[in-house]
Amino acid sequence: MINTGEILETIHMIEKENLDIRTITMGISLLDCSGDDVDKVCSDIYNKITTKARDLVKVGQDIESEYGIPIINKRISVTPISLIGRNFSSDDFVKVAKTLDKAAKEVGVNFIGGYSALVHKGFTNSEINLIKSIPEALASTNLVCSSVNVGTTKAGINMDAVKLMGDIIKQTADLTKDADGFGCAKLVVFANAVEDNPFMAGAFHGVGEAECVINVGVSGPGVVKCALEKVKDGDFETLSETIKKTAFKITRMGQLVAKEASKRLGVPYGIVDLSLAPTPAIGDSVAYILEEMGLEQCGAHGTTAALALLNDAVKKGGVFASSYVGGLSGAFIPVSEDAGMIDAVTKGSLSLEKLEAMTCVCSVGLDMIVIPGDTPASTISAIIADEAAIGMINCKTTAVRVIPAPGKEVGDVVEFGGLLGTGPVMKVSSLSSEKFISRGGRIPAPIHSLKN
Amino acid sequence: MKAIITVLGNDKVGIIAGVSNTLKDLNVNIIDITQTLFDNTFAMFMKVDTKNATEEFSVLVSKLHECGEKLGVSVTMQHEDIFNSMHKI
Repeated sequence: MINTGEILETIHMIEKENLDIRTITMGISLLDCSGDDVDKVCSDIYNKITTKARDLVKVGQDIESEYGIPIINKRISVTPISLIGRNFSSDDFVKVAKTLDKAAKEVGVNFIGGYSALVHKGFTNSEINLIKSIPEALASTNLVCSSVNVGTTKAGINMDAVKLMGDIIKQTADLTKDADGFGCAKLVVFANAVEDNPFMAGAFHGVGEAECVINVGVSGPGVVKCALEKVKDGDFETLSETIKKTAFKITRMGQLVAKEASKRLGVPYGIVDLSLAPTPAIGDSVAYILEEMGLEQCGAHGTTAALALLNDAVKKGGVFASSYVGGLSGAFIPVSEDAGMIDAVTKGSLSLEKLEAMTCVCSVGLDMIVIPGDTPASTISAIIADEAAIGMINCKTTAVRVIPAPGKEVGDVVEFGGLLGTGPVMKVSSLSSEKFISRGGRIPAPIHSLKN
Repeated sequence: MKAIITVLGNDKVGIIAGVSNTLKDLNVNIIDITQTLFDNTFAMFMKVDTKNATEEFSVLVSKLHECGEKLGVSVTMQHEDIFNSMHKI
């Protein structure tokens, strides 16, 4: 029996409400490529990636065509590269970055993540060298994404790493100043980073993961907004239920595509990431969902509560739809990638402080935020410290991806283009955090991390 | 594989015949059909089996799309699982 209503609903979601698969990400372990001869390591990495991911893009295209659901990105994530180069210098690591870039271009993916280091408790020599190489690596490649984990609930926060990352972000912006600091759009600083995130720029293939895996990220902010439009004056129970049921349907797409991609590529299925990920396209905004829920504009009082409801309802609906849920699985609030966010910031409705509050209840932190080019490194480090503290205390992932656009100040707008959108420069406090950040050492893990 | 063909557009004479003839030429078997008019909008849904089709799925999709263009309607074909997975617990 053909259910015409269901068919039309699915088609409408795809064609009019921007339902799509945001990414199929193949996670590839490079642990067996590790060594101390940089040329051999690069060669092994190149061969492994181009072999494992050879059919990734084609399979994505085939699934897209057969199921009629757009699959926007095909991506790769790899083992944190700091673990692959034994005794590598920063220059050696840059060679690896170029190899990753070349391999990614060869197989045709949009981005390759994993130029990363996990330093939440302290640095190894390799990790220091990788981190110091990040500005050069991101300036001299196109598709490589980088991330550094500076804190966890169990380990506390490595404030030496926090201080260093403020400098690294500034250097990265400086080396890519002809592109308004675009290198920083490919760099994320995390607390409680997860091993199976399929989204960029923070994706890496964690050491607890298998040889190779397929993870999928779905995207349906437009679908959720349209569903809420139909329940005009419903109470909070109605809002929650509507979002839950919609999230179920959206996530089922992800599950279907993940299982199918896994089967065709002969690679185990990992997880579906439930995150509601916006794009700058009209009708694909998380901020507009919050406004649909009854806020005059994103940033008004009540925004945090609305986001908390949204994020929780998405998880409840999505978890039932998928056998394995993982990654970040929450709501994304990337400022430059969300039409409603861009509008709210431009009109002065949404501040950095409000965004920080919102990160307490949603999955990703301060994301794709353009700040004045003259923001001191110590202030950037302090922003990172705040986010890391929120993540550490609340046992959640938080992240900072800020772009101090050289030469730009509040009132300016930076155009990144494509999915990375448009960034109005946001105001940052001019008060100094220099002394705080330069103290050195680690902030200890919170008492509630002692669970045994 | 089983797929769902959706035909939507302004009503006119010859739509069902046009789509069915294309499917016949491609050796695609029709398993179920439902068709209705909302005001003047034609809507038809067919469940088909492509296992003995003469072409690859992606070629079938584009031939049906061309057929739709000639008839002035939109014709899409999708694997049935996309609908099953979304709407069935």
